[in-house]
Amino acid sequence: MTLFAAEAIHKRFGARVVLENISLGFERDRVHGIMGPNGAGKTTCFNVLTGRHAPDRGRITFDGRDITGLAPQRIARLGIARSFQIMNLFDDTLVIENVLLALPAFRGRRTSVLGKVFEDAGLTDAALAVLDLVGLADRAWEKAAALPYGDRRALEIAVALAAEPRILFLDEPTSGLGAEATQGLARLLDRLRQRYTIVIIEHDMRFLFGLADRISVIHWGQVIAEGTPAELMADKWVKRSALGEVA
Amino acid sequence: MITLSDLSAKGGSPVTWPMGLFLLGLATAPFWLAPIGLYQYLGIEIAIWILFAMGFNLLFGYMGLHSFGHGAYLGVGAYAFGLFQLHVGTSLWGGLLAAVLAATVAGAVVGLFLSHRRGIYFALLTIGFGQVFWFSAIKLHSVTGGEDGLLGIPRPPLELGFASVDLNDNAAFYWFVAALVALVVPLLWRLVNAPFGRVLQAIRQNELRARFIGYEVWRFKWATFTISAATAGLAGGLFAMAQESAYPDVMSLHQSGLIVMMVLVGGGLVSFWGPVLGVILYFIARDVLGGLTETWLLWYGLMFVVMVMVRPEGLAGLFHVLRPGKGRA
Repeated sequence: MTLFAAEAIHKRFGARVVLENISLGFERDRVHGIMGPNGAGKTTCFNVLTGRHAPDRGRITFDGRDITGLAPQRIARLGIARSFQIMNLFDDTLVIENVLLALPAFRGRRTSVLGKVFEDAGLTDAALAVLDLVGLADRAWEKAAALPYGDRRALEIAVALAAEPRILFLDEPTSGLGAEATQGLARLLDRLRQRYTIVIIEHDMRFLFGLADRISVIHWGQVIAEGTPAELMADKWVKRSALGEVA
Repeated sequence: MITLSDLSAKGGSPVTWPMGLFLLGLATAPFWLAPIGLYQYLGIEIAIWILFAMGFNLLFGYMGLHSFGHGAYLGVGAYAFGLFQLHVGTSLWGGLLAAVLAATVAGAVVGLFLSHRRGIYFALLTIGFGQVFWFSAIKLHSVTGGEDGLLGIPRPPLELGFASVDLNDNAAFYWFVAALVALVVPLLWRLVNAPFGRVLQAIRQNELRARFIGYEVWRFKWATFTISAATAGLAGGLFAMAQESAYPDVMSLHQSGLIVMMVLVGGGLVSFWGPVLGVILYFIARDVLGGLTETWLLWYGLMFVVMVMVRPEGLAGLFHVLRPGKGRA
């Protein structure tokens, strides 16, 4: 069943058309990949789907509800979480607090002006559990800025997970990671797929083909192919696009 | 990178050594001000400006919103206090309540226009609104007394039920102001360490992420602006009592610039206590340098320039250098 759908999305910046008539559907409990060469419009597509930019035309629905043009914070509160390719963390803040802030239960305490941040042991434990999931539990009390690059990537995902999402959008999660860290991330996502509906943008084809149930290929702001990894392997356009031959 | 990293995330108990030192200083000032060559009224001025600066830094340092028109709310508080005494009745709490309420309403209304703005647009709008208040104070002659302002504002006595304390005496008035400061400062400390305050700081660090984890960023900006204006209003009410008058200069651009300077020099960007250091340094400079030369403001200004160039974290930043590795205190 389709949980999240985008129909005929158009987006332009000035004279540049970035997304042209893109339609995508993400099924519940599946991992959906979006791939394509640099500049194909993948990140813009994510930004439109998660509310950072409103589409010029088209319609976005989540669980049957029209969310086109809603502000990102409202979309986030519906249970749509995302990570960023360029990391967006609260750098001067403890690792655990980055996660804590994203917990919906903590957000419920946002107007507390006299309460203490860590006074609710249940919330602290929930934040630690999320960190444990991405392998950062033992660094919980360090400053986020002090983490090495790979751990910051993991924290980026942890913040998205903390929101208790019904659908999780990951923007180039392997970006900048070495081979070993990429494998670790693949194992993490393999665990997460049991629990979440996931959409991943990725240019690392091997990584994506190993994970995704379905993949959409975006090029020139359009979906040029769609299918299971096996189907796409056989598609010469996909191969050439991914190799950068169609430029 | 300038950060407010000295702030306790885990604790948040107001019982810390700087708080102890601060309250101790506040409680003992009348006994050592005169012996070191200063005077009682200076203590009153410093305490009032600490209130103003601490509330201002909630917005400036914690939220990262650079208001250059905050003198307006100090002035609104001062005028509201004066108008209450002159037209409604002589009442200490009535006047202070009027000061806080008027500044809160002014801040809340202006905040609605500001809370969707960022960076230079935010700063310019704060200046613009600041000028609107200042101009109104000068031109609404029948209400505000024009350029002369409101003169002869009484200092109503503090009624304690069993006794009435005459606040016309500067010593008694100091104790009254100090008691309010001792009440408000720990509350502000609690606020910045509570979930509300931590969200503010998260927004300052990364507004985009804060939105994408579901926070209505503009509401936090609005609330912070309003709280900060309310604190300025309380300081303004006390200022009107101290000066026994309210006049347009209180809300001039000069005054707004002064508070920014004090907070920056003191290190409000890196520490909760920065504004306190900045206020003390300013008044000491005014009185000590001012005793030596008429051009003291020039020297103070030069000190500010040097400070921004070599130690942009301000005075409080020096303590960080002296006490490294204090990341999570």
